[in-house]
Amino acid sequence: MALLETKNLGISFGGLRAVNAFDISVEKGQLYGLIGPNGAGKTTIFNLLTGVYRPDEGAILLDGVNLTGKKTIEICKAGIARTFQNIRLFGDLSVLDNVKAGLHNHYPYSTFEGVFRLPRYFKTEREMNGKARELLNVFGLEEYADYKARNLPYGQQRKLEIARAMATEPKLLLLDEPAAGMNPNETKELMDTIRFVRDHFDMTILLIEHDMKLVSGICEKLTVLNFGEVLAQGDTQEVLNNPEVITAYLGE
Amino acid sequence: MSFAAHLINGISLGSVYALIALGYTMVYGIAKMLNFAHGDVIMIGGYAVFVGVSNLGMNPLAAIVVSMAVCTVLGVTIERVAYRPLRGASPLAVLITAIGVSYLLQNIALLVFGSDTKAFTNVVTLPNLELFDGQLVIKSVTIVTVIVSVIIMIGLTLFVKKTKIGRAMTAVSEDKGAAQLMGINVNGTIAVTFAIGSSLAAIAGVLLCSAYPSLTPYTGSMPGIKAFVAAVFGGIGSIPGAFIGGILLGVIENLSKAYISSQLSDAIVFSILIIVLLVKPTGLLGRQIQEKV
Repeated sequence: MALLETKNLGISFGGLRAVNAFDISVEKGQLYGLIGPNGAGKTTIFNLLTGVYRPDEGAILLDGVNLTGKKTIEICKAGIARTFQNIRLFGDLSVLDNVKAGLHNHYPYSTFEGVFRLPRYFKTEREMNGKARELLNVFGLEEYADYKARNLPYGQQRKLEIARAMATEPKLLLLDEPAAGMNPNETKELMDTIRFVRDHFDMTILLIEHDMKLVSGICEKLTVLNFGEVLAQGDTQEVLNNPEVITAYLGE
Repeated sequence: MSFAAHLINGISLGSVYALIALGYTMVYGIAKMLNFAHGDVIMIGGYAVFVGVSNLGMNPLAAIVVSMAVCTVLGVTIERVAYRPLRGASPLAVLITAIGVSYLLQNIALLVFGSDTKAFTNVVTLPNLELFDGQLVIKSVTIVTVIVSVIIMIGLTLFVKKTKIGRAMTAVSEDKGAAQLMGINVNGTIAVTFAIGSSLAAIAGVLLCSAYPSLTPYTGSMPGIKAFVAAVFGGIGSIPGAFIGGILLGVIENLSKAYISSQLSDAIVFSILIIVLLVKPTGLLGRQIQEKV
């Protein structure tokens, strides 16, 4: 059974059919790419998957559990995490605290315990610090732990967003244009990071990307979206050689 | 000695402003809204203690705890009923609603307790501190107010910086959408902010009414506005800023009452707000926001 499955997913904004009859099936451990020209509806699909938008029709299944119409928080708890096209870190929090914000739901203690600093507060915060530092370590960000997130170099901010998303302990990681604004060296490093995340955490990753080098370099399967509809779907090389796909990207 | 006495009175008044300003700044810092009903929550807190002590014969400390509970419930209810439905609406709509809530609370108090001034019994029963053979008397309520506001300022700072829910608050204030996608309950976090802000209002109410022992439905309104000035003065959203702003404002108000004119003191206080906003729009400790272009 596929880890992520959508069936006939669709949403309209006023008269605009943003996504229509979208079917996808992502297997566990797969590195899956979602590509298409600007305005094709890629980010809309991410917003549907994370509950930012409610689909007008269709269903979203994660690990066989129906997530259609669930709230963002419930979907996060069910195991979908994401990063953003325009980086949305908590800039005023430290790098460490950003990751700890991602750990929010996994280390419970009450507000009361936090206000009065009862023993459980110290114990839980210690555990959170340990876990967060471990994650930073994995992503090579430990030396920046006390920096404010906004002061990190761009490429590191992208990495931190992935680390923060991983802190929510997801089953599925959504990356929205992770290579946007990166130079070729940073992109290469990012490809290594993404591959590493998949292998190290045994993670399933669905990513949106325009950088064809990245897409052809790491994605195993692709879905091409055009005007809200699936244009092509299948193995990466096959899809990229599809004449229809080339037309959609490069024009007649 | 009279200068010292005026200064101390100013610090005393200023710590009350600081306490109220902490509530303002906390809600503004996290929910990005001005809760103009905050001053009136203070008034309700004062009445809660008054009813507890004078009508029900409760121990003052127990009455304060009850008052904090009343204000917490009140603050969370106001947020739930009046502000939450407006989340995402224009800030102006929320601001006007807050002003509406403020008048609503005043008029409810008017209806329930009447317009006559209630004599509030000072709940701080410690002896006054006399220095220099009684030339300089520092009232115990002054000392308690200053100590309490310092403790609360430090406590709040630690809470916001060092706890999970404090982190969630900062995250929500920066980006509600991203916070939600990281599994943070935005509505719950804002409700906790209001709960804490309002329980502080109860403490401020008790100390305000102990220092100036008369209680009417309008008791909270002027200190509320001045505390707002203090919060802006110190840099709204900043917890230490609210504290410093409050103390400075109290001192300025008292010194201008003593040395310039007691009628003009409010005018002076508000002129200072205007000057600070002209010179440093983000307040004393406010963060300079530099947009990258």
